[in-house]
Amino acid sequence: MSSVHSVSAAAADHAHDHAHEDHGAPTGWRRWLFATNHKDIGTMYLLFSLIMFFIGGAMAMIIRAELFQPGLQLVDPGFFNMMTTVHALVMVFGAVMPATVGLANWMLPLQVGAPDMALPRMNNFSFWLLVAAFTLLILSLFVPGGGPAAGWTLYPPLVIQTGNSLPMAIFAIHLAGASSIMGSINIIVTIMNLRAPGMSLLKMPLFTWTWLITAYLLIAVMPVFAGAVTMVLTDHFFGTTFFSATGGGDPVLYQHVFWFFGHPEVYIMILPAFGIVSEIIPTFSRKPLFGYDAMVFATASIAFLSFIVWAHHMFTTGMPLAGEMFFMLSTMLIAVPTGVKVFNWTATMWRGSLTFEPPMLFSLSFLFLFTIGGFSGLMMSIAPVDFQYHDTYFIVAHFHYVLVPGAVFAIMAGVYYWLPKWTGHMYSMTLAKWHFWLSTIFVNILFFPQHFLGLAGMPRRIPDYATQFAEFNMISSIGAFGFGLSQLLFAYIIWACVRGGEKASDKVWDGADPHGLEWTVPSPAPHHTFDVPPVVK
Amino acid sequence: MNENLRVENRKLTRQLWLMAVGAFGFGFALIPLYDVMCDITGYGNRASLREASTVVETAVSDRRVTVEMISATPTFGSWEFHPMAASMVVEPGKLYETKFYAKNLQEQSVTAQAIPSIAPSQATRFFHKTECFCFTPQHFEGLEGREMSVRFIVDPDLPGNVDRVTLAYSMYTMPQVAAAQ
Repeated sequence: MSSVHSVSAAAADHAHDHAHEDHGAPTGWRRWLFATNHKDIGTMYLLFSLIMFFIGGAMAMIIRAELFQPGLQLVDPGFFNMMTTVHALVMVFGAVMPATVGLANWMLPLQVGAPDMALPRMNNFSFWLLVAAFTLLILSLFVPGGGPAAGWTLYPPLVIQTGNSLPMAIFAIHLAGASSIMGSINIIVTIMNLRAPGMSLLKMPLFTWTWLITAYLLIAVMPVFAGAVTMVLTDHFFGTTFFSATGGGDPVLYQHVFWFFGHPEVYIMILPAFGIVSEIIPTFSRKPLFGYDAMVFATASIAFLSFIVWAHHMFTTGMPLAGEMFFMLSTMLIAVPTGVKVFNWTATMWRGSLTFEPPMLFSLSFLFLFTIGGFSGLMMSIAPVDFQYHDTYFIVAHFHYVLVPGAVFAIMAGVYYWLPKWTGHMYSMTLAKWHFWLSTIFVNILFFPQHFLGLAGMPRRIPDYATQFAEFNMISSIGAFGFGLSQLLFAYIIWACVRGGEKASDKVWDGADPHGLEWTVPSPAPHHTFDVPPVVK
Repeated sequence: MNENLRVENRKLTRQLWLMAVGAFGFGFALIPLYDVMCDITGYGNRASLREASTVVETAVSDRRVTVEMISATPTFGSWEFHPMAASMVVEPGKLYETKFYAKNLQEQSVTAQAIPSIAPSQATRFFHKTECFCFTPQHFEGLEGREMSVRFIVDPDLPGNVDRVTLAYSMYTMPQVAAAQ
């Protein structure tokens, strides 16, 4: 594919003329409550996810403060369990997923040359459902009996012991799931039906591609999760015995159903991150992406494989040997397309003229640190050794490496990459670089020692631990406080960039213009863009 | 937006909704599929663990297998429950009987269900229970305790690498809804 998109000058000018027209759109709070504009909804998604990032982050601070020293100091164990459970649910469904949906809302129409998302009203509905879902989930912490505390995987029989908050948490998951499904339908319809003339599927930017695949994954697995938690609900209230042994049910069955959803879910969080990094690295290397077609097919293979590896989360449940072998080998197979991606990003930089603006810094950090997370994943895919790693801090270190310096850093890279296009202002490069270095250093202080803790046998999800683990836990907690505080800088940089700053040019980045239609519209992107579709050659 | 595009959008939206509904159904279809998988992989399906086997005693051999008995009470404090013998050495093909003792530690009467499990899992198919207190719910008056028996035959076809089979029971108090049935 040639990554050069040429837009007819007339179309670009036309878009410019529309910049200051408002079409009688509502203003004030109505603009947001009744929003149907993809940019407004994208902004709301991103703000929502930032707020959730801080709420989930505050819970992580409580967890790390309790683990700062051995012994029980700050919170009681029941509350600690609520924190680990709700921290994970908030970060997965409230921070990472809505952030990528927000980026999709903002950028997909701009990247494919569409005037808006295909189904703007459904778009509005899916955003507000999400707000309802998380209001319900957060409120569930305050009901008598306490919030959900059985871990984000909600395994029975433990989850059945949850008090009044159980139906609240489950309905929150239903609502968030419905929201994701509608968001995904919207994204697929937009990509399939609203691409500009001349933009064939294999000319689409990588971020669009990864979201197309992610959206299909979401539609395929979110309903399965909704089904699983519905069964938990009926087991609790209506005497069914899907998972309760008393009536012939099987708790291990829940784990199968959950991870049939849960494994694709982790790719739902990381594939859009792959897309963002695939946009940024070529821009700041001033080269087209190396192996575009291979990148698309690698993404599709990862998505396919994600459906047949779920039981690697369950090696210790007593599977037959053939099952352990199958899930071990199919899991290892995922390293191949993932390796294709990592090597292609590296090859993109080969002999490029690199510059290191904040989006590129975060992408490079992503490349290194996500790969570390990938490697620890590969270690755990080996069934016989997984018996040692299972449910220890090693797995905690693994999934935080792929999700924090993985997915979250890629999202931050995306925000720094497109923020001038959204606001029309450049942000402070100095502050953003400070944010980058603080985050990268502290995230490693936070999560790297957890590998050692896990290998030494410290179990996850406990508020207290043996004194031999004290030093590494203290180091990890210091890293956590540093990382948490550094994110306040991120919020300040965004706030300052919205308020003002140096005027951003249309192409924003020196190397950006051949890499996507979004750089052909003015900065800030006007409320309505591509009323007349651009022509892609 | 022209009319043609509107129709196209609606059509694709409908297909995607159908896909989502199908996926929801698939989640529930996993339940019976799980039993099928358990049958294929030799775990025996979950129901068969609680059904009486009809096997007859067979020829004498010099092979001996150790059967261990263990018990668990998931609801803490409501049961005393343990095997009368911790282990026994049996001859495959012959019928044996052993007893478990259970006592309801609460004042009110309850109905309980014992859930069996065999380890290693590949032995499940070869451990036949001809009579077991786990086949039916057991009623206990307040503070009542009694011995309950299980009769079993270890199949002579038990894989040669297995010389030790563990029979475990978990004692569950039945919820009132289920007890009323």
